[in-house]
Amino acid sequence: MVRLISLTLFLAIWWLASLFAGPQMLPGPVKVLTAIAVQAQSGDLFFQLGVTLARVLAAFTIAMIAGTAIGLLMGRVKIADRIGDPWLIVLLNLPALVIIVLAFIWGGLTEIAGVLAVAINKLPNTVVAVREGARALDTSLDEMARVFAVPRGKFFWHVVLPQLAPYLVAAGRSGLSLVWKIVLIVELLGRSNGIGFQIGVAFQLFDVTLILAYALAFVTVILIIETAVVQPIERHAFRWRKRAP
Amino acid sequence: MNDTHSVGENGHLKVRITHKAFTAASGERFDVLRDICFDLGRSEVGALVGPSGCGKTTILRIIAGLDIDFNGTITSPLSGRLGMVFQEPRLLPWRTVNDNVRLVAPSIAPEMLASLFQVLDLEAHCLHYPSELSVGLARRVALARALAIDPALLLLDEPLVSLDDALAERLLAQLATLIETRPITTLLVTHDLQEAVRLADRIFLLSARPAQIVAEIPLATPRSTRSEQEITKIVDEISNRISSHW
Repeated sequence: MVRLISLTLFLAIWWLASLFAGPQMLPGPVKVLTAIAVQAQSGDLFFQLGVTLARVLAAFTIAMIAGTAIGLLMGRVKIADRIGDPWLIVLLNLPALVIIVLAFIWGGLTEIAGVLAVAINKLPNTVVAVREGARALDTSLDEMARVFAVPRGKFFWHVVLPQLAPYLVAAGRSGLSLVWKIVLIVELLGRSNGIGFQIGVAFQLFDVTLILAYALAFVTVILIIETAVVQPIERHAFRWRKRAP
Repeated sequence: MNDTHSVGENGHLKVRITHKAFTAASGERFDVLRDICFDLGRSEVGALVGPSGCGKTTILRIIAGLDIDFNGTITSPLSGRLGMVFQEPRLLPWRTVNDNVRLVAPSIAPEMLASLFQVLDLEAHCLHYPSELSVGLARRVALARALAIDPALLLLDEPLVSLDDALAERLLAQLATLIETRPITTLLVTHDLQEAVRLADRIFLLSARPAQIVAEIPLATPRSTRSEQEITKIVDEISNRISSHW
């Protein structure tokens, strides 16, 4: 209910602002929604959304898996942490644009170069989060598993992973939004399809309606992923907390 | 440094710790254990009794292989099958009681598990998460977990500490039943003489830090036939003996 009121308020402010700014600078909600419908009817919207979404998921998956592995290593092995830390600081402070441009120069204007550039941008955040989680691992459970000779695979799945879950969820949450923003830049600079490319075209035509239409459509997709995929996974992973008295 | 762990024959536990020291955060070393040497025969129950902080838990950790920085040798009964109940239950909060036990004993027969849960009064709690259990219940789950692997050696670190009297009494009885019906060599650590006299076949009295064994007291009467008066008498006898050491 509160959310609905908040959303309505947002639309109202948008509509009021569009009256002041004029339809050229800020088209109203109705005009943008109509543009979305037109794009959807031609099928173009779904194609562009799909292409961008595929890139987001690929980059996100690579960054999360590689980041978890590196983060665990750095959190558990002191020498790995000391070797990796300066690299991490460099990577954290390297502007996304620099990584993207270099990836395209070195790898050509290819799909792989684009996706990897995004993954490398997201990687250090995941590493930092997971390293923090690995440092906080409970040694008493570690000892329990050692005494009872729990096999490695089971130890990781039942003892380590649940302890990392909050850190992975945090990294995933911020990761999804970060990744899609960077994917758009990649598409703008070096791809010939996707939301980012379309927004580039709209920018050249000064078509604010189309820019807002694509942005709004993709935010909606992310919102759906968040409520339909991320939140159920989170509920399942933390079900043991729910029932606590 | 001599920290050999070897496998003995026939459930025999042989502990020979000549020296163990800790390094404090300040860098200074202090002795914790000195000449802790004792034997436990197959399915015998031993109790280490000593003042708080004398290093009892350290002895258990060395026997369990969690602390390998000591001088001496440990010969434990049959490798791998070690059951341990830590002072805190150390259950996985994100797994149910059932899954916690099954994690360490995946091949346990369902009827074995059921009977274990029955003896320990855990049947109603199989599907609960540890956060939903009281301290006493969690302690019992930890005990069930240690016994589920059908251990050759069972290490118990203050199994009744921080339970109220009635609860401790009940768990003590359950523990006695479980030990009685299985051929498990058991080593119990406690500061409570009463508890030791009720459960053990052999009591080892420890001095304050650095801990040394000051007396070894075998209890002649079998556990199940010890009467209340007898227990009280033994406890009084031992307390008189140790008052000079603690």
